[in-house]
Amino acid sequence: MVLLGITAAMLFFVWRYRLKRNPLASNIEGNAMMEIVWTALPTALVMVMFWYGWAGYQSSRSVPPDAMPVKVTARMWSWMFEYANGKVHHELFVPLDKPVKLILASQDVNHSLYIPAVRIKQDCIPGRESYLWFRPTKLETYDIQCAEFCGTEHSNMLSKVRVVSASDFETWYNTIEPVDENSGERLVQIYGCLSCHTTDGGKKVGPSFKGIYGERQTVLVRRREMNIDVDDEYLLESMREPNAKIVKGYPPNQMPSQEGILSDEQMTAIVKYIQELK
Amino acid sequence: MASTVVTHTPAVLNYLEEKGRHAGILSWVLSTDHKRIGLLYMYTMFAFFGVGVLMGLILRLELLTPGPTIPGFTANMYNAVFTLHGVIMIFLFVIPGLPAIFGNFCMPIMIGARDVAFPRLNLLSWYCFIVGAGIAVLALFTGQGFPDTGWTFYVPYSLRTGTNVTLGMLGAFIIGWSSILTGLNFLVTIHRMRAPGMGWFQMPLFVWALYATAWIQVIATPVVGITLALVMLERAIDVGIFNPALGGDPILFQHMFWIYSHPAVYIMILPAMGAISEIIPTFAGRTIFGYKAIALSSLSIASVGYLVWAHHMFTTPMSLAALFVFSLLTFFVAIPSGVKVFNWVATLYKGSIDLRSPLLFALSFIFLFSIGGLTGLANGALGPNLHIHDTYFIVGHFHYVMFGGTGFGLFAALHYWFPKMYGRMYNERLAWYYWALMFVGFNMLYFSMLILGMEGNPRRYYDYLPRFQTWHVVSTVGSWILVAGLLMMAYNFIRSARRGAPAPANPWGGVTLEWTVPSPPPVENFHEIPRWEGSAYHGFEKLQRRRSEAQ
Ligand code: HEC
Ligand code: HEM
Ligand SMILES: [Cu+2]
Ligand SMILES: [Cu+2]
Repeated sequence: MVLLGITAAMLFFVWRYRLKRNPLASNIEGNAMMEIVWTALPTALVMVMFWYGWAGYQSSRSVPPDAMPVKVTARMWSWMFEYANGKVHHELFVPLDKPVKLILASQDVNHSLYIPAVRIKQDCIPGRESYLWFRPTKLETYDIQCAEFCGTEHSNMLSKVRVVSASDFETWYNTIEPVDENSGERLVQIYGCLSCHTTDGGKKVGPSFKGIYGERQTVLVRRREMNIDVDDEYLLESMREPNAKIVKGYPPNQMPSQEGILSDEQMTAIVKYIQELK
Repeated sequence: MASTVVTHTPAVLNYLEEKGRHAGILSWVLSTDHKRIGLLYMYTMFAFFGVGVLMGLILRLELLTPGPTIPGFTANMYNAVFTLHGVIMIFLFVIPGLPAIFGNFCMPIMIGARDVAFPRLNLLSWYCFIVGAGIAVLALFTGQGFPDTGWTFYVPYSLRTGTNVTLGMLGAFIIGWSSILTGLNFLVTIHRMRAPGMGWFQMPLFVWALYATAWIQVIATPVVGITLALVMLERAIDVGIFNPALGGDPILFQHMFWIYSHPAVYIMILPAMGAISEIIPTFAGRTIFGYKAIALSSLSIASVGYLVWAHHMFTTPMSLAALFVFSLLTFFVAIPSGVKVFNWVATLYKGSIDLRSPLLFALSFIFLFSIGGLTGLANGALGPNLHIHDTYFIVGHFHYVMFGGTGFGLFAALHYWFPKMYGRMYNERLAWYYWALMFVGFNMLYFSMLILGMEGNPRRYYDYLPRFQTWHVVSTVGSWILVAGLLMMAYNFIRSARRGAPAPANPWGGVTLEWTVPSPPPVENFHEIPRWEGSAYHGFEKLQRRRSEAQ
């Protein structure tokens, strides 16, 4: 609107007072009244805009008391959602019409949880907690994207919000998959390993899991090359202390340590899974 | 248009011919003449601009289709390229911007001085600029390549990445010196060296804008210098100021960074606004409407501009009180810009408007800058910000401000002062053609980005969800049209600098002092320091009187 007005006035003046038609310019030095008007009016206008922005924002900050808390962990380059009963998943399942409070944290660098469909985002800053809430109103699937630059796979740091009916949610919520020797495949998905590793031999930021078990591999220990056999012990160490041995040709400091994140059983399950990926 | 030529003692060589003590290239790189230094900046800045545009083209090409588009071009390369693009455009193009080129070239003449206050310091600033830029280039080709952090260098990512962040930052750090020294030099020059009789409110508005800008350069730049130095220290010896793993605070970095980088957007835009305030009266053949309002709005932008930095951080954990204040102040800082726009449009009222290429670019500036400003209001409002922050909406917004604003303002200034710089005219008809290409291409390129942002496409994305593709294609095609226009413009100026028709001293009927000296100006500008009388643009009255007598 304002833009149209300015542009129209500009074009009109350029045409109306063109050199040919108006060879004699008038020297109007200014007009105090006009200055006051076009300072005051926009001021009023922007104050209204400010107020609407503020009001909208405030409601996005006041979480309803009945909101369901979900802990969100952002890390290069995946999301993890942890529910009150300990259930962990890489996608966000929420029941229809129930407010959700997302408690945000980051394991490494800054990220930002962004759900375009509900028009909200909030940064995940390492060492700080922040939050966000929303109320899913349609049985739909929304995209989750990362909105704060976080490195190589930033644009692939995607997930989904899956809005399901209350009863479906109940069933999903209460099925807690046991950790046994067959859960490796699920764990590497949920714990974000697949944002850096593939299971089909393809190269990403890290080496593929496929076909490494039992092979000889060149690794760097404090920048010195060494040959080792990939066995259970090596794989467990790779997860606990990734920087101890760096696979040749791959960057150090990328692989996050899984100490304290994955339990011993989970790590063993993953080792078994890698072993089976021939 | 009739021109008033003030004849000079013909024995004085113009600044392009006069060699000084050195010959060849040395007569340029060792010259302390403010006009030669202005051109040195111009050549180097446009060289970087060319590289920056090329990087932008590569980014756009990569985004033509979802997934990898250019064979062999990886996500890491994309990240380094947008960082390089941003660093070049910000630190090597728009921040030095109009002050480095036209401030150096025109300001001393406009206030009736023979040079700036400290000519050698002025040359040193250029060397800081070149050395800093050289170090940044070094970062490209050594170690693990150019930083991939974005031009904002946010920690902790910038502490972790293996790329050449330290070297890149050192480059920016040294370029900061160039900005500070130029600012100091201009402040002293404007305070001490105005022609006798020229009071503060008789200075041309471009000088006012440079004055306000210089204060920001001197006060704000050290903050970013310290911030960058701390990150370099942190990378080298883990001092633990920003690194959360060592008890540091990554948000502190963002505050410190934006305490400089928000005022820096006014370093970019104020001088362009100043140039527009010169061009519009000249081609409307009448004095500016609301001289004082425009001059004072520059100062108020410069001062309130310090207090809004955290609007870049609305999605970080911050107190509600901080959010309230920073959003409110952000709206206030928009008002003086609005006042300028209204005064410019009012200056067209009852003028006799000669629509030539400088005015054409100036009017496009008003249009594009207004879009930039209005989208800025959307960013400043807390509710909408939550949605559009860090999306392509922001990328669209700041290109409208920095490219549509500062960029087009700089092109307007170049069309305006080029005859003065080289004593030659350029091809006016060609200018209209490439203006059309640039204007259309620009809006295709960046309006699409505004839409993409509203649809939810985050920025700094090597890859995107397939549903965003349509507007990405429009945007990429727009970039080709825009660049075609830029190339034609480059051709026009390069050709005209050598072969254009000779320009008179005052081709446009301007009334400020630079139009009273020959084109190109003699070495020390004035044979005799002029006396100034009357308001900054009183010259138009004489012009009009002459015209009405002629009728
Ligand atoms: C941010 C990227 C990233 C994530 C996420 C990641 N890794 Fe890694 N990983 C790497 C990189 C890079 C290497 C190679 C360098 C090294 O040895 O540390 C690696 C190496 C490994 C190795 C050694 C492979 C070999 O060929 O010797 C194992 C095992 C491994 N990761 C397991 C995991 C598991 C399990 C997860 C999920 C819990 C995971 N990684 C998550 C980046 C990642
Ligand atoms: C033909 C000209 C240009 C093209 C095609 C272009 C294109 C782009 C694109 C596509 C991006 C977004 C990258 C991403 O977020 O993934 C970008 C970012 C950017 N552009 Fe441009 N641009 C051009 C000119 C300019 C100019 C003239 C300026 C400044 C005056 C500028 C300053 C920036 C900055 C600061 C960024 C942000 C970089 C970052 O995210 O760190 N660009 N440009
Ligand atoms: Cu990210
Ligand atoms: Cu800002």
